[in-house]
Amino acid sequence: MDWLSRNLPYLMAGISVGGQYALIAIGYTMVYGILRLINFAHGDIFMVAGLIMVYAATVMPIYIAIPLMIVVTVILGFLVERVAYKPLRSAPRMSIMISAIGVSYLLQNMALYVTGGLSQQYPAIPWINDTVTVFGATTKRVTIITPVLTIILVLLLVTLIKRTKIGMAMRAASRDFETSQLMGIKINSVISFTFIIGTFLAAIGSLLFFTNYTGVTPTAGAMPGLKAFVAAVFGGIGSIPGAVIGAFIIGICENIIKGLGWTTFSDAFTFALLIVILIAKPTGLFGEKVTDKV
Amino acid sequence: MSTKKKTAWNAGLIAALLILLFLLEQVLPSSSMLFTVLKKGAIYALVAVSMNLLNGFTGLFSLGQAGFMLLGAYTYAIFTIPVESRNSVYQYFDGGIIQFTLPVPVALIAGGIVAAVFAYLIGLPVLRLKSDYLAIATLGFAEIIRAVFQWDKLGPITNGSNLLRNFPSFRSVIFPFVAAGICIALIVMLINSTYGRAFKAIRDDEIAAEAMGINLAHHKRLAFVISSFFAGISGGLLAMYQTTIQASMFKSAMTYEILLIVVIGGIGSVTGSCISSFLFIACSEWWLRFLDNENLYIGGFHVPLLRPGFRKVVFAVVIMAVVLFYRQGIMGTREFSVEGISNFFKKKLSGKKEKKGGSSRE
Amino acid sequence: MKKRVLAIALVTAMVGSMLAGCSGKSSGGEAGTDAPAASDGAKVVKIGVYEPASGDNGAGGKQEVLGMQYANHETPTVEIGGEEYTVQLEIVDNESSNDKGPSAASTLVSAGVSIALGSYGSGVSIAASDVFKEAGIPAMGVTCTNPQVTEGNTHYFRICFLDPFQGTVLANFANENFSAKKAYILTKLGDDYSTGLGYYFKEAFTGLGGEVVEETFQEGNSDFTSYVTSAKNAGADVFFAPVSTEAAALIIEQAAAQGLTIPMMAGDTWDSNVILNAAKGKDVEIYVTTFYQEGGNEEFDNGIKEWINSDSTAKANNGGDDTIAAVTAMGYDAYYVALEALKAAGSTDPAKVNEALWDVSYTGVTGKIEFDDVNGDALRDTAYVKCANTESGAWDFVAEQGVN
Repeated sequence: MDWLSRNLPYLMAGISVGGQYALIAIGYTMVYGILRLINFAHGDIFMVAGLIMVYAATVMPIYIAIPLMIVVTVILGFLVERVAYKPLRSAPRMSIMISAIGVSYLLQNMALYVTGGLSQQYPAIPWINDTVTVFGATTKRVTIITPVLTIILVLLLVTLIKRTKIGMAMRAASRDFETSQLMGIKINSVISFTFIIGTFLAAIGSLLFFTNYTGVTPTAGAMPGLKAFVAAVFGGIGSIPGAVIGAFIIGICENIIKGLGWTTFSDAFTFALLIVILIAKPTGLFGEKVTDKV
Repeated sequence: MSTKKKTAWNAGLIAALLILLFLLEQVLPSSSMLFTVLKKGAIYALVAVSMNLLNGFTGLFSLGQAGFMLLGAYTYAIFTIPVESRNSVYQYFDGGIIQFTLPVPVALIAGGIVAAVFAYLIGLPVLRLKSDYLAIATLGFAEIIRAVFQWDKLGPITNGSNLLRNFPSFRSVIFPFVAAGICIALIVMLINSTYGRAFKAIRDDEIAAEAMGINLAHHKRLAFVISSFFAGISGGLLAMYQTTIQASMFKSAMTYEILLIVVIGGIGSVTGSCISSFLFIACSEWWLRFLDNENLYIGGFHVPLLRPGFRKVVFAVVIMAVVLFYRQGIMGTREFSVEGISNFFKKKLSGKKEKKGGSSRE
Repeated sequence: MKKRVLAIALVTAMVGSMLAGCSGKSSGGEAGTDAPAASDGAKVVKIGVYEPASGDNGAGGKQEVLGMQYANHETPTVEIGGEEYTVQLEIVDNESSNDKGPSAASTLVSAGVSIALGSYGSGVSIAASDVFKEAGIPAMGVTCTNPQVTEGNTHYFRICFLDPFQGTVLANFANENFSAKKAYILTKLGDDYSTGLGYYFKEAFTGLGGEVVEETFQEGNSDFTSYVTSAKNAGADVFFAPVSTEAAALIIEQAAAQGLTIPMMAGDTWDSNVILNAAKGKDVEIYVTTFYQEGGNEEFDNGIKEWINSDSTAKANNGGDDTIAAVTAMGYDAYYVALEALKAAGSTDPAKVNEALWDVSYTGVTGKIEFDDVNGDALRDTAYVKCANTESGAWDFVAEQGVN
């Protein structure tokens, strides 16, 4: 019991962070699956969602601010795709990626400009911000909610992709981009829809993340974004279950490493784990094996 | 134009550039921001060209540049801090364990060699990975290197996560230009050699290249090691420019910055990388600074929106515009050369539009 | 074809504007340094302010600049060599970053400042030190406490106390007031202030027979729950975290959520309303050492509060209220010390100001400021210990502590 109450906090923190990474990682993995694009701006959209919440909560009640924040973030994600990625659809892949880096740079600098470079305190959301005690370990309620909510959302998403028409279109587009176009799939709306789902999940993720770690800074999205991306690659980029499992593994390992006292290496370990996986299985845990066509 | 004439022209241009720099240094006060931009620009030009060698010429998408620069910078700093000031620099580690110094050029090259050795070792496992997987793996290695250098158990060598300082630096703008210039010239020579042609073949089609008898693993490793070598040297130069270094400077954001420079200049264009690195540094450090001034008046008009940070927003917008509207970058895959200019003017004069020609492409 | 024209146009534009830029700059430089020396009526003296306005230490840097701006507002002119000069503050943002700092410092140098003030953080000060040294401009650290800033330099001065002193004060305080036997030290990698103060605290604390557990975090980390858990599991008596306010707010929040009951201690960075806001209404115990306690000088307190309340930008920069941070008081004093040096030098020539600085003696709101003869460090032997009142959201004065 004593051992449990001493070590449970690490595990809980790990699972909670893992859930937040998972929600971001899905955005990476879905976009990659269809466009073969590493959407570097995704982590920054996550940060902007946090900032929108900060400013929204100062002028309106929380229960209006939350849906508003989600809607605005989704619109932002949609616009980013339309403005920065769509015109480059026929350009070399490197150009789109650079465009993504450019968007990331722009969002960070806009945030810097708006906030004046200061960390913004995230509003305390009632109920989920309360402190609870589990097996003698105290934590915020959001820590417990995160994994549950993540799993519910992922199940919903998987159902959506498996059962609906748009889901089928998404699967087709990620299987073969050109052919799906020939089959009459409206590729632009499929891509927009993918971005909308990705940013929606990122907005929820940001709500959970910043409720736990309450400072929003212009670079707050960079590290979670990178970790989530690593999680997506770890699980096999393009695969949703892979991204979720990868995110949980990375979140838990990271906190165990911290718990063991190797704090200097907590980030490095994530990458080391990734490299080991990639060497053993070059396309990640659940990635499809690609064969080069000559 | 004959090769001989071309060489003469190029040599003349380089000499003219150096003389111009020398004259500028005599005329302008040394505090001018121009020199800051020129120094940093030259260093970034080298690292951008070294990254271009990988991404543009060999088609290996690597994001490890910051890590290799870190290795070069640390090697340079560790071996050149004067013994007498080691006690104050390594204040928490009793002066460190290295108690000798190397001459500056040797230390710079040593920095390159250390980076190259690490690149060789890292390359053994990761170069088998394809495109984006390679990118994320190299990015990961850069992060791991950064963490290892911050580890306090290595403190007697690396000074933990603290600043390294007091090592020799340069005052004249000529030094980084000459050093970076020599390195870039070496890279250009490599690109124009058989190896360079093999690299380009790999970029264009790996399988076809293999069928032509190019040893893929060997050439990829070679490109990776050489690129890292020069990244290491530029890291050493950057240390000299900054006068202090610290592992936490070499973040992935630095690699992204360099990648932006490469792409804005044109993937596969050496001169493009050089030009864009000067433009990039000048914009980010100098030209746009006035935008941060809250009390800017044009005539009697108080310009709105200006406050600290606005410069960066404008800069990011400019970058987005370039990326969206000039997909090929400033130079595309062309090179800026005497021949190109002379052809350009000749054509202008004759008023004839040829289908091919213009800027030369090696 | 179009591309080529564009490329050539860009190159010409670049070369052209560089030349235009440098001719403009050079004349600007002359106006800044030579013209006033020639005393031909251009009576402006520039004081450079090298402070972070963004990044980790943005909040603190802004408060420090506020002090200088208020002082400038209060005393906008200075008499140098029998002539009245208007003081102009040249403010640059060093972005709390050691690699952006030197170019920010070069901007000050090319603006032709007579003396530079700053910075809030130690790392950025060390990073810019050589830029000022090469340009022959004296610099005066305001709240950079790491010894390396001034060590072996004749051009870098500072008006605050040093980390070996501060670390010892904190260790003594922990030992005496909490009879602490074990301390948990959390520092940020790559932050010279954080690592330095952590090191000196450890030295002093183990010297008193205590035991320490040290851990570090990377830049960009926002998950401190595991660190708090580790501190609890280690059975530490105090939690010592000399980190930037940004990380501190996160640490306090997460420590409160996990019910950390041991006192948290930190150095001068935590003396900020960011910390007070984070701690308000939470069950945490926070102690800091600092340079100034609000109420130390009524006139200054009232004056600056009025000024902050009347200026919305100033209020926003101060974090939205009128709590006076110690760094603001230090910034205020730094400005007056700079004026003293200018007066004593009788010239705006940086070299003369540098010489004059050694002998400056000035009594400011934070106490008497004089520099020692070796490194140009302020001679200070007391620090104030404050405790955060989590109900009222203000600092309570605890003790004035020195080293004996």
